[in-house]
Amino acid sequence: MPVFDSVTDPASPASAVSTAAVIEIPASASCFEIEGLSLAYGDTPALENLTLRVPRQRVTAFIGPSGCGKTTLLRALNRLHDLNDEVRRQGHIHLEGQEIHAPEVEVAELRRRVGMVFQTPNPFPMSIYENVAFGLRLQAPLKKRQRDEMIEWALRSAALWDEVKDRLHDSAWSLSGGQQQRLVIARTLAVEPEVLLLDEPASALDPISTLKIEELIRSLKSRLTLILVTHNMQQAARVSDYTAFLHAGELVEYAATDALFTNPRLAQTENYITGRMV
Amino acid sequence: MIARWGRRLRIPRGEGAGPWLAAGCVSLSLLMVVALLVLLAGRGLVYFWPTEIELVTLDDGQHFAGHAIRDEPPPRGQLGVSQRLYHTGNRDLHGEVWRWVDIERIASQARPADLVVVERNRWGDFIGRVAGLQEQGRDLALSEAERWPTVRQRLERVVRLREESDALREQVVEPLAKRLAEGRWRDSNDRESLAAELEAANARVLAVQDAMSRDALVLESVNGRRVVQPLQGVYRILRPNAMSGFDKFMAWGRDVWRFLSEGPRAANAAGGVWPAIFGTMLMVMLMSVAVTPFGVLAAVYLNEIAPQGRLTRLVRIGVRNLAGVPSIVYGVFGLGVFVYGIGGTLDEWFFHDRLPSPTFGTGGLLWASLTLALLTLPVVIVATEEGLARIPDAQREGALALGATRAETLRRVVLPMAVPAMLTGVILAIARAAGEVAPLMLVGVAKLAPQVPVDGEFPFLHLERKFMHLGYHILDVGFYSGDIEAAMPLVYATALLLVLVILVLNLTAIFLRHHVKARHGALQR
Repeated sequence: MPVFDSVTDPASPASAVSTAAVIEIPASASCFEIEGLSLAYGDTPALENLTLRVPRQRVTAFIGPSGCGKTTLLRALNRLHDLNDEVRRQGHIHLEGQEIHAPEVEVAELRRRVGMVFQTPNPFPMSIYENVAFGLRLQAPLKKRQRDEMIEWALRSAALWDEVKDRLHDSAWSLSGGQQQRLVIARTLAVEPEVLLLDEPASALDPISTLKIEELIRSLKSRLTLILVTHNMQQAARVSDYTAFLHAGELVEYAATDALFTNPRLAQTENYITGRMV
Repeated sequence: MIARWGRRLRIPRGEGAGPWLAAGCVSLSLLMVVALLVLLAGRGLVYFWPTEIELVTLDDGQHFAGHAIRDEPPPRGQLGVSQRLYHTGNRDLHGEVWRWVDIERIASQARPADLVVVERNRWGDFIGRVAGLQEQGRDLALSEAERWPTVRQRLERVVRLREESDALREQVVEPLAKRLAEGRWRDSNDRESLAAELEAANARVLAVQDAMSRDALVLESVNGRRVVQPLQGVYRILRPNAMSGFDKFMAWGRDVWRFLSEGPRAANAAGGVWPAIFGTMLMVMLMSVAVTPFGVLAAVYLNEIAPQGRLTRLVRIGVRNLAGVPSIVYGVFGLGVFVYGIGGTLDEWFFHDRLPSPTFGTGGLLWASLTLALLTLPVVIVATEEGLARIPDAQREGALALGATRAETLRRVVLPMAVPAMLTGVILAIARAAGEVAPLMLVGVAKLAPQVPVDGEFPFLHLERKFMHLGYHILDVGFYSGDIEAAMPLVYATALLLVLVILVLNLTAIFLRHHVKARHGALQR
């Protein structure tokens, strides 16, 4: 449920982006603080001067038309862009007060803290058990019993345990698409991240599987910060507490989900959520 | 009719000639492969079949006996008569083993059951009759009925004795002589006892050989000329005209086995090809062991680590083009760099006391394997790179998003998924390397190296030794042996064997790949 409702006046000259309507979240309640983030692939700008705070232990959805930069923003949060030499970045991203690009930050540890689930399920070609154990094996070695407990806990958290407990050593690729996506979530949960980034996690799934993933997202909110990129407006409305609407690399409106969908402040947002904008 | 075939072949009607053309090309390729195998198998395997001996009487009353090989019509447009080629053997009697005969001059042909073919260590085959048996120079009094069983019994005794003498020489005499020559004894007493042991062993070998030379065959050609042939020098006696189909089949099987399991004789013109089979297999295996890690690491660097800039693209193009360099060029490179360069240096450092006779500074198994590894490196790199490129980025990102470093991602996710592609590369490399002869001639293949490079003597695998190779054996038998008629079937048989050896090596790798794929689930979907 939204707890912050002070919204900067779109007309106020104090606002960083004069045309945007951005909810202010206190620094003490935010998990990510993004300040003036710009990002470009070579000469093609993808994000321009983005400033927003993502609240802790809430579900925040990024919506917007294709190519608006929402996936780019998501990938910036766990530095997956590091792999691409062409990406240029300006601005800051703080995770719990720490700049994630600081030289003393280990990128592998950052990615453990900020887990990510992708659009298409990408289980590794191993058994179900080994998929969940993968992240654990990268950390300090555990006793087998402890590891088994962690794996059961992670699979239960992802609401998959009852379906796979008798076939833990089958190939992960023998699962259905929805099960695979929940397995990927379990795999990510096993390393106990603080943030879970979800990049259109249900777009490749059938309605029942989508429903299960959405339930899962709601149940995880109590212990994690979740950030969801979605094309599906109903989904954003159903599961998220806050919604940010991006367009052409810029943040247009960021508000509590109920407010944004029932009473958008900007005409551009309204057009998009009602499907009138191309 | 054609329409019905079309339905059965799943070629839809009304699509014009395209599908038919494509299907035709496939059939043509298949047909050529089958024709190749049938030709090799037919010409190669028939060689071992004990053909019957014909006793030919010419119109002038002359006799001779031999295997009919083939008929040849007169040259086109010229007058003349058809001729038939006979293999008559008996080089010691008439200096020639082949005989062309005008077919019109043949007055009669017969196949008497008592004609024999004797395979000897000198002068090639004898074709004629067994006239008697001698024991220490004295003729044995044998009835007609006793003669053949006795001959076979005595021959078996000689074979047993030969095995005994070979075993004695290999297991007792040679190790002792080597120990003495290398000065490996504790004190002078020990040395003397070793010398005495060696002498005793030598005496035993001599005694066995003496026993072997006891018996001799008296052979008589169909013209009545006699030869005394010591049984010691006889490998096999057959009476093909008296053999049933089953006997012939058994004799054929035994001959094929001897071809596979024995070393060559008579300057490669007879005997088996075991050292060449072994050399080919071993060389290809060593090559695979050498090429796989290099190729895989290079592909991993090019595809996963190096920045994908212009330089990387250039290197990739270079690697692909290396695959097109003629193999003899690699041979020259191997000779210059491996044999003379590295091998020569190794000799100076570690084998100085044996110079000027080279140890590693001459062609050998190691240098041949490395040269072929270099030759097949591009194949492995390209196949592995293609496999790596097929792995979806989602897999890499999935691992990274769990907190894996790039090295951990590579080792735990990417490389295991690329194993089938690597094995595909190795399969292609084997297919290319096993048939390659030209570079080997420069870096270590030998015309005759009956000692295989693996034995019971430390360090068991002798990388510096020269080795035999089936491909080179074909060349040697086919082009450098004096008797082309005798060499031809051997060439076919050896070629068939080379194809089979490559097939076996490839099947092994394919089986391995299948096994790996099954373990990792349906990887390449």
